[in-house]
Amino acid sequence: MSDAPAMTSMNLALEGRAAALLPLTVRDLVLRVDRATVLDGVNLDLGASGCTMIMGANGAGKSLLLKLLHGLMPPTSGQIRWGDHAPSAVTARQALVFQKPVLLRRSVAANIDFALKARGKDMARREALLDHVGLSHKADQPARLLSGGEAQRLALARALATDPEVLFLDEPTASLDPASVLAIERIVSEARGRGVRIIFVTHDIGQARRMADDVVFLHRGRVAEHTAAASFFPEPHSDAARNYLSGTIVV
Amino acid sequence: MGEALGLAVGLVLSGDADLLQIVLLSLRVSLTATAIACLVGLLIGALVAIGRFRGRNAVLILMNALMGLPPVVVGLLVYLHLSRSGPLGFLGLLYTPTAMIIAQAILITPIIAALSRQVLEDLHAEYAEQFRSLCLTRWQTVQALLWDARYSLLTVGLAGFGRAVAEVGAVIIVGGNIDHLTRVMTTAIALETSRGDLALALALGIILLVIALGVNAAVQAVRMTAARQAYV
Repeated sequence: MSDAPAMTSMNLALEGRAAALLPLTVRDLVLRVDRATVLDGVNLDLGASGCTMIMGANGAGKSLLLKLLHGLMPPTSGQIRWGDHAPSAVTARQALVFQKPVLLRRSVAANIDFALKARGKDMARREALLDHVGLSHKADQPARLLSGGEAQRLALARALATDPEVLFLDEPTASLDPASVLAIERIVSEARGRGVRIIFVTHDIGQARRMADDVVFLHRGRVAEHTAAASFFPEPHSDAARNYLSGTIVV
Repeated sequence: MGEALGLAVGLVLSGDADLLQIVLLSLRVSLTATAIACLVGLLIGALVAIGRFRGRNAVLILMNALMGLPPVVVGLLVYLHLSRSGPLGFLGLLYTPTAMIIAQAILITPIIAALSRQVLEDLHAEYAEQFRSLCLTRWQTVQALLWDARYSLLTVGLAGFGRAVAEVGAVIIVGGNIDHLTRVMTTAIALETSRGDLALALALGIILLVIALGVNAAVQAVRMTAARQAYV
């Protein structure tokens, strides 16, 4: 990985831009899928900056909440507002990195080019983006032959190519080795440092401790608690979060 | 069979001008028809693959049903349109290679559309959320799907070409099997069989098979190379 990220100058313009989209306000959000209520009255307020970790057990509704916030699907009922905007109106100002990176059947470089072209960005940024995620030496290789960690770094570079004001990450480090996890966390932290608002789903408690400014804990489709990270880990308010953090299995 | 094989090899080695003309015309007609059918069929396939609209299931049934279009019926319909008294008779295309290209293109466009729709729909299922996140337009989505499925679509094109080059019913109606003008391998085979020159008919058949095998092998080689790079 490059020790000298080449993104500094190119993304200075991002500083504070996310503030225009925020605060995020979610009210009485309900999502039903095939008659099952996945999200059941979610209320949430997120401020202008930092890294929010969304945590909770499998099936708590974390990934679907991200997709709703990103405007990829409509809720059954309730309201989501990014400042004065509906989610679908600001999707183009955000980016989402999926748990399983969806890479095009093209070279590594062509995957970056695709995002740059789709959003009408300067194509000359490709080299800097690849350098930033440590993939310059693999630019001409087929993207789908990358290792898991490399593939996720490419997905992250492609997301950053769109100059997002808000970056959603849906368990991007699940099943990656520690070195790959730290590489991803470094890139995300740098993006946060440039003013990109981070909303990050994870099961990894250690990762949440390293990255989070605040934690939203979902339990059975509801927000069990939304607490600053500094107090969430030592003293979670909800029983659900306390059990989760202590590793207690509740059936 | 041995005699036919010997004759086929002899015909090819002798560089027979008439044979070469028939083979080249067959390839020109079928490759052009395939190219036209791909232009139209891939676009239809892609739009149906990503589209969600009322009556979509009916469209899918129609597309699949049209894959089985009887060549003679297509030939007859094209004949009726291109004949002197038909609506397109003024173009003077009947009994020309262009008429044969039109008939073959009509015949294989539904094949290209239906098969590509399936390929592209599967790929779109994988890409759809990523594309929505990138806010791609419908046209950008179609372009991306067609490019990323290019190696799978080669096989679809091959299926269309195979149907076109082996087809006889439509081209004999609209082409007329005129020597040095519209005679292609399949119509020549039909003619020689009716004349009783079975060895020559078999020889032409063997050449046709070799061409089909060669095209298939080339496409397979390209696909295997692409698969090694995970581009399929």
